[in-house]
Amino acid sequence: MKKIAISNLPKLYAAIAKAQSLILPVKTAGKTNFSLWTEACDVDLQTLKTVKSAKDAFFPQSETLYHCHRDGKNITITPEDLQSESFVVFGIKGCDVRGIAVLDKVFLAEPVDSFYAARRCHGTIVSLACGAPEESCFCKVFGIDCAEPEGDVVTWLTEDYLYWKPVTEKGEKLTALVADLLEDSDDAAVTAQKEAIGKIVEKLPYAALSLEGWNGEALNEKFNSPLWETLYKPCLACGTCTFVCPTCQCYDIKDYNTGNGVQRYRCWDSCMYSDFTMMAHGNNRTSQLQRFRQRFMHKLVYFPANNDGMYSCVGCGRCVDKCPSHLNIVKVIKAFGKEGK
Amino acid sequence: MHEHECTCHPGFIHDTLIPQVGVITDIRQETPDVKTFRIEPPQGGKFFEHMPGQCAMICVPGVSEAMFSITSSPTNKEYQEFSIKKCGVLTDCLHSLEVGDQVTVRGPYGNHFPVETELKKQNLLFIAGGIALAPLRSVINYVLDNRQNYGHVDILYGARSADDLVQLKEIQEVWMKTADVNVYLTIDRPQEGWDGNVGFVPTYLKELAFDTNRTAILCGPPIMIKFCLQALQEMGFSKQQVYTTLELRMKCGVGKCGRCNIGSKYVCKDGPVFRCDQIDELPAEY
Amino acid sequence: MQEVKNRALALLKDGTVKRVLGWRIGENTYDPEPAFFESEEDMQTFVYNNFCAANLSKYMIEASKLEGKTLVCLKPCDSYSFNQLLSEHRVDREKTYIIGVGCKGKLSIENVKRAGVKGILSVNDTDPLQVETLYGNTEVSYKAAMLDRCHVCKGKEHVVYDELIGESEDTSTADRFAQVQMIEAMSPAEKFAFFQKELSKCIRCNACRNVCPACSCRKCVFDSDKFDSAQKANVDSFEEKMFHIIRAFHVAGRCTDCGECSRVCPQGIPLHLFNRKFIKDINTLYGEYQAGADAEARGPLTSFTADDAEPSVVAEGGTK
Repeated sequence: MKKIAISNLPKLYAAIAKAQSLILPVKTAGKTNFSLWTEACDVDLQTLKTVKSAKDAFFPQSETLYHCHRDGKNITITPEDLQSESFVVFGIKGCDVRGIAVLDKVFLAEPVDSFYAARRCHGTIVSLACGAPEESCFCKVFGIDCAEPEGDVVTWLTEDYLYWKPVTEKGEKLTALVADLLEDSDDAAVTAQKEAIGKIVEKLPYAALSLEGWNGEALNEKFNSPLWETLYKPCLACGTCTFVCPTCQCYDIKDYNTGNGVQRYRCWDSCMYSDFTMMAHGNNRTSQLQRFRQRFMHKLVYFPANNDGMYSCVGCGRCVDKCPSHLNIVKVIKAFGKEGK
Repeated sequence: MHEHECTCHPGFIHDTLIPQVGVITDIRQETPDVKTFRIEPPQGGKFFEHMPGQCAMICVPGVSEAMFSITSSPTNKEYQEFSIKKCGVLTDCLHSLEVGDQVTVRGPYGNHFPVETELKKQNLLFIAGGIALAPLRSVINYVLDNRQNYGHVDILYGARSADDLVQLKEIQEVWMKTADVNVYLTIDRPQEGWDGNVGFVPTYLKELAFDTNRTAILCGPPIMIKFCLQALQEMGFSKQQVYTTLELRMKCGVGKCGRCNIGSKYVCKDGPVFRCDQIDELPAEY
Repeated sequence: MQEVKNRALALLKDGTVKRVLGWRIGENTYDPEPAFFESEEDMQTFVYNNFCAANLSKYMIEASKLEGKTLVCLKPCDSYSFNQLLSEHRVDREKTYIIGVGCKGKLSIENVKRAGVKGILSVNDTDPLQVETLYGNTEVSYKAAMLDRCHVCKGKEHVVYDELIGESEDTSTADRFAQVQMIEAMSPAEKFAFFQKELSKCIRCNACRNVCPACSCRKCVFDSDKFDSAQKANVDSFEEKMFHIIRAFHVAGRCTDCGECSRVCPQGIPLHLFNRKFIKDINTLYGEYQAGADAEARGPLTSFTADDAEPSVVAEGGTK
């Protein structure tokens, strides 16, 4: 275990940023999101949940795939460069780290998405334990320990120090890079914090949420339930839940006319949007009920069916906090839970 | 230097989302709204090897990209063809292109008809309506080019009118002349100069009263599939004996972009070919 | 409020209305969701408390297509939105039974959190708010927890209703156009920096558009594949601004300033400032106008009078 005084954190950021790009929670106009570190930025480790998850670091909301130039009849395709430089994502919480494991299931499955994979191999994850979990958190339901998250380096923030524990080879490398700034430490403060976090987690209102009955086998039973008819009603068909979600991975591929060619890019898409499944000659999900159902079925039934039972939800609670109509996955799970009793 | 090779994964030279340039080398007007495009890489030949039933993404840069079935058979060693019906922004644009114009192609995507496994040694009954002959043409020619591996072949094909029959030349000059292959054509309404059958495909299918000692491969508009499947069941076929294809909106082609799923199956990856009993297990959202 | 619930239930039971559009009790006091109720049993979960901020008038567009009358609960400011939709023929008055519900300013759990409260386990909706949290109990004043829009309240009067239940209060504490004036006073570079900072947070979730009662187009221009600007991602930093500016133009003269856009923005962007700038300019150029105040009135941007400001005056941003 290593540690660094909080007053020295700016030095740590500068040291990392000197060697690699550093992405961490930054407050801009009152809201905190993962962003590139700069000397002038307002690093915010106090806000528990960034508005967007950390998934942008590996799967950006919008990224170019290739450029297409036309010269007369001839088309030339220039693929976008893959990530080839190392970078660090600092301050990711346990739920978001697991979110990346969910994305891995999709993007690293054959055929591997090389844009994502290149970022994964060049990215070092420095996770941060959740000192003060909040009411909408339910990561425990998915077996996540927010007191000791996964990651290449795990850190804990106390009043005076950031405790630093490298876990993987990548983590050791990064630790070596900033070794001058770190001092050796015992585990006492971290052990105490983990214990305190554990006690809070037990008291979280959704800690005991039951996922019983949500699995690949329940597909038709859940799909055909009349409950969706009521549950979807207040849905505004916006994409807030999908865009703040650490595991939503649906994307669109679009063209952008640059004036002297076409830039083909991919961007996050939302199954909540009415054009998501629209084709030239039809659409298989024409109602918001179908689109709403798709999102939850995907997370709790289809995804586990295809990925050995792994849910595509990590209990970060962002949808709980952010839905303009106060709908969310907890309400859906609970509604089905009541039905079962 | 161009960095499209990841230093950790030297294998990722070509992401599946990055297309190849394709040159249109031949265009055949099949019907008033269907053209068959021969598309080749600039150096000629084929983009990739494929199996019958597989698809490819064709894109007119700046317009749109969509999935099309590869209508030529894998046994065609020289080039690949796509029969495309004019029905939207992209297909309108494709129909306006000329020989020598370039598009982009990526693939192959999806599963294929089980020509080397379940279909081998079987008697085969192909049923197609309209443009849906496109995916079946690939498997029919594959079967005919490997004739010794399959039993008797029946092909039932219908369209709105005689002018809407796709690949008519090949049907008449090749398929009809191949030994142990019967071709049955039908059109929806009587038409001058047409002395073949008149009537919808499902009706004609029942009239032809095939026995159940065969595997049926069914492609067409949803309504035709529905009634043909009913007819086949009335004729004693089980759903395990019937294969069909599904089509949904696709973007990536590899089961990642998340839109073409029916339940936990992705049509682009787990399909487009499904056995009808497998479709029954899917939720009704297609 | 029990009285609203009882009255709605009575009208549902006697067949006056086929369904009730109100709020369903959430997991906690602060997360009621808009909901349709069709039975007495269903009405057990009906709630109307000070966290019922959602403006239900836009749901009436779809409800107007349903068979039978829908009872809708509208707060004073929501009634302006309904009236505006009425003037645009987007909702059917004949199919609507409006209970004008009392409002003394609505609360926002985001604002409770903004006051530094974390780990909220329970909260009440009285002044001051008693908050029980994972980390101890605390209090937050009602005013501090009130939605930003309620600080520039449109007043306690409903502009359209069938009956009124409950007291309303004008909760204004601030000048409606103070923020706009502050931005107007900035230099172009400062203005640009201000909006750049705010709008760079936009995640293109479309919540502002989808919640907006003035955004009632059946198909939004941003959803068209024929339009170069995609609706779900910014290709470049210009688009994030363009989306909001275009939207502000589209709702100009029809926006009632209901503030839903800013309420639902997950990134806390003060989107209403765009709309309020238009409202302020319209007031200056064409005379005081409140969209939705009168369903029969013709909007200043959709009617021509000889007294209208000359285009040159408008272009210069001057006054009439």
